[in-house]
Amino acid sequence: MPEPLLELRNVSKAFRVGAAFLGPKKWARAVDDVSFQLYERDTLALVGESGCGKTTTGKIAAGLLKPTEGEVLYKGKDIWKMNRHEWREYRRSVQIIHQDPYASLNPMLTIYKSLSAPLFRHKIVETKEEAVDKIAELLEMVGLTPPEDFIWKYPHQLSGGQRQRVVIARAMSVNPKIIVADEPVSMVDVSMRLQILHLMKDLQEKFGVAYIFITHDLATGRYFASDGRTAVMYLGSIVEYGPTNDVILNPQHPYTKALLSAIPEPDPIKTRQKKPMQLRSLDVPSLLNIPSGCKFHPRCPFYKPGLCDAKKPGLIDVGGGHMVACWLYGE
Amino acid sequence: MAQATQVVEKSEAEKGEVILSVKNLNVEYRAQRGIVKAVRDVSLDVYKGEILFLVGESGSGKSTLGYAVMNILPSPGYIKSGDIVYHIGGEEIHILKLSPNEQRKFRWRHVAMVFQSALNALNPTLRIWDQLYDTMQAHLGHSISKEEALEKIRYLLEMVRLEPDRVLKSYPHQLSGGMRQRVMIAMALLLDPEILILDEPTTALDILTQKNIIDLLKSIRKKLGLTMIFITHDLSLAAELADRVAVMYAGKIVELADVYTIFYKPKHPYTYALIKTIPKLTSVDEKLYPIPGSPPDMINMPPGCKFHPRCPYAVQRCAEEEPQWERVDDGHYVLCHRWRELMLGEQ
Repeated sequence: MPEPLLELRNVSKAFRVGAAFLGPKKWARAVDDVSFQLYERDTLALVGESGCGKTTTGKIAAGLLKPTEGEVLYKGKDIWKMNRHEWREYRRSVQIIHQDPYASLNPMLTIYKSLSAPLFRHKIVETKEEAVDKIAELLEMVGLTPPEDFIWKYPHQLSGGQRQRVVIARAMSVNPKIIVADEPVSMVDVSMRLQILHLMKDLQEKFGVAYIFITHDLATGRYFASDGRTAVMYLGSIVEYGPTNDVILNPQHPYTKALLSAIPEPDPIKTRQKKPMQLRSLDVPSLLNIPSGCKFHPRCPFYKPGLCDAKKPGLIDVGGGHMVACWLYGE
Repeated sequence: MAQATQVVEKSEAEKGEVILSVKNLNVEYRAQRGIVKAVRDVSLDVYKGEILFLVGESGSGKSTLGYAVMNILPSPGYIKSGDIVYHIGGEEIHILKLSPNEQRKFRWRHVAMVFQSALNALNPTLRIWDQLYDTMQAHLGHSISKEEALEKIRYLLEMVRLEPDRVLKSYPHQLSGGMRQRVMIAMALLLDPEILILDEPTTALDILTQKNIIDLLKSIRKKLGLTMIFITHDLSLAAELADRVAVMYAGKIVELADVYTIFYKPKHPYTYALIKTIPKLTSVDEKLYPIPGSPPDMINMPPGCKFHPRCPYAVQRCAEEEPQWERVDDGHYVLCHRWRELMLGEQ
């Protein structure tokens, strides 16, 4: 087994919320005891509904947030104990792409300005001529051709899909090893999503980048990580994890099953024949008041009193690296 | 193919009576760079009791069309030409010819809208009871007593599966997103409208809540026989809920048919490509194909068919001449010069 490029070990993140002045301070546990490894050229999809902690996990992996517990290791080194040189190297190697291509580019700057800043910062180029050449190369790489048509434009002159290509070019400009892509196509029009996904896959082929692909759209996650792994998150924890097609086509955790049974599919006969799983409650518990034991127990149709509400299930291998955290399996 | 037998199954509504006719509608927006022709010469009949989906990407004109039929376009949008006729209670009502006051009365009473963001559509400083009661009073005045109003409100809240006692006392922020959206649906139904327009009502919601709202809409339709016009970019929702689907691109309906025909026998290259570009949740080994290019700049649109720069089947004629609406079959219409020879969806 090769050494993982990036590893999260029992990582948790709690945020202090509420009126510190008027009332007691409360802690919201957005990420709770999450572990995974990412290898070179690897794809891991983090999927779940809003508030499940997938974005926070992505930010922790990219070093934008410091976990309250646990460790983040890059090439075996704890990133929060790195010296300045190592930290710089790590931050360059892990880039993040955000959901909103409209917000991630400064509207006042030309594409040249937006893309040249990191090149100068990381001393990849030194003169304007070098920067122009390098940016032209990057724009070509992400399919914005001919580059002369794009380099001097402002973001508002580009479509959503084109902007997201610029954002990808900027992330790739510093030769990263890992890209954390947080809902990279959810704000891109449907007809352009697949172009972007294919572009990201091509870059992986060519440069060996690994992806942490964060999405609420399980179909897109499945497509992108079809040869990788998928982790399903619920209220801050990974409840199911494994090779993508095992998780999506043969789900084991009741939450994953409920999600998959509820998602409409673009096929009228198929989607109208789906039998949704009935939950005991539709309400997602608040992060301030997380249920005891298994966090899904108040909604789970297979709830066993005295077990599920008392003890927290750990991830158990149900075969071939397919891990499930549920008392229906193991113990 | 086993699917073929089900494809012939037509929606009940299709044979029924027309409740709303849009005739040669043109809607424009004045923008800094020029005029955006958001809806271009669209004609459409909506049948009583059907669920019609307007599907398209941003800029396709789907929301503009939805807002235009209620004549509530946000400025700087305006209806350039065309007619919108409601057939309600044996009468023909031309909404654009009504006075502003008559229009206000007509809306909500006969046609109501559920917006995408229920959080913004509800007044944060008013309890749910006050919002619902105010809405009723504003339209019905004192012709309805407080007791009658309460009875009606309770009935509707129960129909959308909310507990009236708890919800009526709450402020919007005390309810979850799904609960607020259910309040909005109840509010839209307060005055027993014949038509409900829903603009991406589930986009901001979680998957499990979204499913719940979809099921709710199905049961409301069954119970009340409402006509629904559902605006969305999400083809899967159309597959789940629609009787008929109108696919929009660059301000025009490019294809209109019952939901099975749209998904299994589409004739327009755009519809065909769209279905082949969406990742599927469960099917195995299905190859997906990206659509090249971007949707057109609405101020500077290409000549001819607006899809031709992205269309793999485009020929010279497509770049020169905008296609006309053609009938493929009963209730199936397409806007493409080449649909006959392409035989898409026949394989």
